[in-house]
Amino acid sequence: MSAVTVGYALLFYAASTVFALGVARKIYIYARTPQPLKIPTTPAPVTRLGVAGRMLREVTLFESLFKSNKWTWLFGWVFHFALLLVLLRHLRYFTEPVWGWVVLIQPFGVYAGFAMVAGLAGLWARRVLVDRVRYISNPSDHLMLALLAGIAASGLGLKFATHTDIVALKAFVLGLMYFEWQPLPADPLLLAHLTLVATLMIVFPVSKLLHAPGVFFSPTRNQADNPREHRHVAGWSAELESPVGRS
Amino acid sequence: MAAFEPPALEEYTVTPPVHPGVMAHSRPYVAKPEHQAQLGFPGALVDNWEEVAVKKLGEQVSQSRALQVFLDACVKCGACTDKCHYYLGTGDPKNMPVARQDLLRSVYRRYYTFAGKYFPWLVGARAMTKDVLNEWYAYFHQCSQCRRCSVFCPYGIDTAEISMAARDIMDAVGLGQKYSNEIIGKVLKIGNNLGLPEPALRDTLDGLEEDVKEETGADVKFPLDVKGAEVLVITPSADFFAEPHVDGLIGYAKVFHAAGISWTLSSHASEAANFSMFIGDHKNLRRVALRIREAALDLGVKRIVVGECGHAWRVAYSFWNTLIGPFDFLDPDYPAPQHICEVTYDLMQRGALKLDRSANDDKIVTFHDSCNVARASRMGDTPGGQFTIPRAIIRASVNKFHDMAPETIQENTFCCGGGGGLLTDDLVELRVKGALPRMQALKQVVEEYGVNHIAAICAICKSQFTKVLPYYKFPMDMIGGVHGLVSKAIRLGAVNQ
Repeated sequence: MSAVTVGYALLFYAASTVFALGVARKIYIYARTPQPLKIPTTPAPVTRLGVAGRMLREVTLFESLFKSNKWTWLFGWVFHFALLLVLLRHLRYFTEPVWGWVVLIQPFGVYAGFAMVAGLAGLWARRVLVDRVRYISNPSDHLMLALLAGIAASGLGLKFATHTDIVALKAFVLGLMYFEWQPLPADPLLLAHLTLVATLMIVFPVSKLLHAPGVFFSPTRNQADNPREHRHVAGWSAELESPVGRS
Repeated sequence: MAAFEPPALEEYTVTPPVHPGVMAHSRPYVAKPEHQAQLGFPGALVDNWEEVAVKKLGEQVSQSRALQVFLDACVKCGACTDKCHYYLGTGDPKNMPVARQDLLRSVYRRYYTFAGKYFPWLVGARAMTKDVLNEWYAYFHQCSQCRRCSVFCPYGIDTAEISMAARDIMDAVGLGQKYSNEIIGKVLKIGNNLGLPEPALRDTLDGLEEDVKEETGADVKFPLDVKGAEVLVITPSADFFAEPHVDGLIGYAKVFHAAGISWTLSSHASEAANFSMFIGDHKNLRRVALRIREAALDLGVKRIVVGECGHAWRVAYSFWNTLIGPFDFLDPDYPAPQHICEVTYDLMQRGALKLDRSANDDKIVTFHDSCNVARASRMGDTPGGQFTIPRAIIRASVNKFHDMAPETIQENTFCCGGGGGLLTDDLVELRVKGALPRMQALKQVVEEYGVNHIAAICAICKSQFTKVLPYYKFPMDMIGGVHGLVSKAIRLGAVNQ
């Protein structure tokens, strides 16, 4: 077993652990922290089912962003759905035999790789060219784009420029999953790709990528507009002493 | 007060380039020790204020899912950057919602997140210093908490929640805002924002009865502290004598008179406004609201109706049931609380009101959606009732009505520029500049349709428009209330036909 194989095996165990525990911890905090007052941004759905619909539109169509800015919406939406397709395409490395629908989407996943780069380029251009967005950008915002662009570019490079032994790569990945380590092809571009992915997993729980779980817990989007019909109390508002008078 | 130029009205709203620091000088007067004391805040900046501020911030975040999510989730996409009327009116980048949030987020990151503790330069984390506190005081008093940014944020981040939290922290370290804190003190002590005691209130109401008798010949009552009345009306105290607010109060009285509903005002709870929301102070938010529950129980009313006031309707509609409910002592056949527009609209539907549109034929009317009504509450049974119900009342009261541009009304409405505890003369430059996007939209309907009257359902909007309209060369008396229009149109029995 080469040092590269051992190093990357350990890296991915560490990255997966940090990612899973870090995100789970954050979700636990979001779920457990009370929202004492009703603050949905209205007009809002008046039922739980309606709220589910609003949330579904928000996370699949980016409804609010669409209202706000068509360019940011276009680049952002293209990037996210390309990323989703690319991730699904990568399931072929984690399943044996490969699921039928994963086989079906393989060609689309390749196009999605380019779409991802295009979306990121658009978002990055806005960050540099629009004075307002430039003003609010921190170094971490640029680094995050660099990280994602690096992952996409190295991935495309592996597909179109310098191939790696994907059969061996798959054996390595399955070996990680079943704790029967297999050698990892030591191609520099592949190692770069994997390093960047592991980095992304590690920074996820301490970065703005928390918008992914966060949006589901956003009270302005996930509360039903029914404060007169249902008395809402939580946290400090549940601990208030009963007011005077009949009740 | 430095002299300033009111912005020019263009053909359409232009997003200005960033001009860092142009509004850094805009700071409201600081609360005096006596204003602070009434609310239970330290009178002056406490010695270990950095420590107190950081601790308070941590407590707030641990008690609010909204803050937890909002402080983590922002990706700096820029969707909100051109949505705030104060940015559009000033070009100061710290008036972009995300930049305003970052004033607090930077401190939160420094003390409470891994990235901010170990890599502050990477994520823009900052220690709580005097400079930061100064920036907070300037720019968290340049947010009217109108929630327009939250409509457009892909994660629903609401800058209002963040500016409320920041103001609460500033109060906790002894740096309060005079305007809001002095007013809250008056409500707690006397029962209303104006500090109008019971005898003065009674005099005013008697005077209104005489005026209306003279105008219509009808015996329209303005009852105060009447036990056993069906309806308790809670209205902003500006309705008692400020112009044009008082025309609205006369309108409510005429509606109740025409419908034969007995009603009363309360001298104990003679205020709908609750500025504690603006300063994020939950304890006083409840203390002020509790006076209303006490009055309702004491007077034995069956319904509570809220007059034309934006943030008050938010507090009443969204928070009362939580803070001072349950309202199981009220008539379950009516929503508790109910907006005066809901009352009037229901009566219209039932044919209980006679409205003569031609009485308002001198007016070509537009409607300004007040931010807290539009984006933080509802009227009626269906989402968006807060837009359709007031418009239906206006259309039944006037012949000529034209909406402003769709991107400036309903959920997209622009704040009048004076909400959120900023309706004070020491912030007049901010108020005038912040009104720019609304004035722009107004100019368009004035030129296109000859609009000469704006109806609004918020006491702050009414006062703010009265103040800023002249800066934009519009007559100050263009602004009125929806129930001011109803008051003119309503026919009260045989005498007035």
